[in-house]
Amino acid sequence: MSVVTLRVNGQEVAVPAGASLLEAARAAGVELPTLCHLEGLTPVGACRLCLVAPEAGGRLLPACATEAAEGMAIRTDTEELQRYRRMAVELFFAEGNHVCAFCVANGDCELQDVAVAVGMDHSRFPYRYPHRHVDASHPQFALDHHRCILCTRCVRVCDEIEGAHVWDVAMRGSQCTIIAGLDEPWGDVEACTSCGKCVDVCPTGALFRKEDTTAEKHPHAERAELLRRAREQHQWSNQ
Amino acid sequence: MPDTPPSPADAPAAVSAKLRLATVWLAGCSGCHMSFLDLDEFLFDLAERAEVVFSPVASDLKAFPENVDLCLVEGAVANVDNLELALTLRQHSRMVVSFGDCAVTANVPGLRNLLTGPEAVLERGYVELADSGAQLPHAPGIVPELLEKVLPLHEVIPVDLYLPGCPPSAERIRAAIEPLLHGQPPRMEGASMLRFG
Repeated sequence: MSVVTLRVNGQEVAVPAGASLLEAARAAGVELPTLCHLEGLTPVGACRLCLVAPEAGGRLLPACATEAAEGMAIRTDTEELQRYRRMAVELFFAEGNHVCAFCVANGDCELQDVAVAVGMDHSRFPYRYPHRHVDASHPQFALDHHRCILCTRCVRVCDEIEGAHVWDVAMRGSQCTIIAGLDEPWGDVEACTSCGKCVDVCPTGALFRKEDTTAEKHPHAERAELLRRAREQHQWSNQ
Repeated sequence: MPDTPPSPADAPAAVSAKLRLATVWLAGCSGCHMSFLDLDEFLFDLAERAEVVFSPVASDLKAFPENVDLCLVEGAVANVDNLELALTLRQHSRMVVSFGDCAVTANVPGLRNLLTGPEAVLERGYVELADSGAQLPHAPGIVPELLEKVLPLHEVIPVDLYLPGCPPSAERIRAAIEPLLHGQPPRMEGASMLRFG
């Protein structure tokens, strides 16, 4: 196995070739905030919370979706990065309709977690209050678009792990949305196996089980990695 | 973008004299005030250090007083009375705390912003959903008119400290106001102090 060495915040680390900057940061003991990233799924760099700054200057890099290179030197916690991260989280809150008080995920929500991590005590951006809808057509699950942050974990887990590809992303800009099938009600999509993996990996209260009410959702985001490792390395870490 | 983290200079300095404390209830459910009352025996310590000069739960005054050191504001700004009180309390308070998720984010009262304007909101609430006696409330000078949109407090007046939570727990309230009684800014970080909901 070949190895690349690089510097994270001045500290030398060695990671396997092909590892991401996020893995390199973790090897250096640095925990970066993430939302779209999930172990076991292909990285997409959608949420921009894990941005890091190359010491050589130039544009900021999403650590989850950037391969570590030999001799690279990055900073993970500059004032500029802290400012951008907090701004990004505030924009997530302002963009959708995130009302924690009665959300199914209240208390076990990764959006709440990153808000704490970046020190967000309020949003400096006015809330948009977009008109979105709830798809409750599936017999077991529902999708509340008001709470969706477009991380695409559901799209990826359904495609890469379950192999059903029920979910996709449609439209652009502020109209951008998750769709089921060919933009059909979820309950009408025959490809859906009702496996619930999308619900397990959703970082917010957007995807949930119908029997769960306020603060009753407890996701299992680790299942994507567990299944991936079981299939590819025949390791069953839950046993 | 206004962003005013509290500095020690902004914190109430009166350590020897009693701190003049006000609490205000705008568009909220009063849950933050209930949580405030959950401070239990700390309320005795608080009473020794602070004089409650205006509060829906501890005073019968109707007019907001002058020279307030610390003002906790629960609730979003939803109607003309809320707006007037918000402007008044800012004028007469040295430190204003956005107290709870409704003040910080507009929270549940802000959900009416999904409808376009007060007319649509009143129509929905008092006519479409009425079981009987459907009529729009109309009593100028008595029932305050709704604002076009429900706003978080900091979009109306400058706020010195944000205390999120729905409601903020009594422990969180104490951790925020205890340092203020000694003229120190509280450390607003970590899930115990910042988590919404």
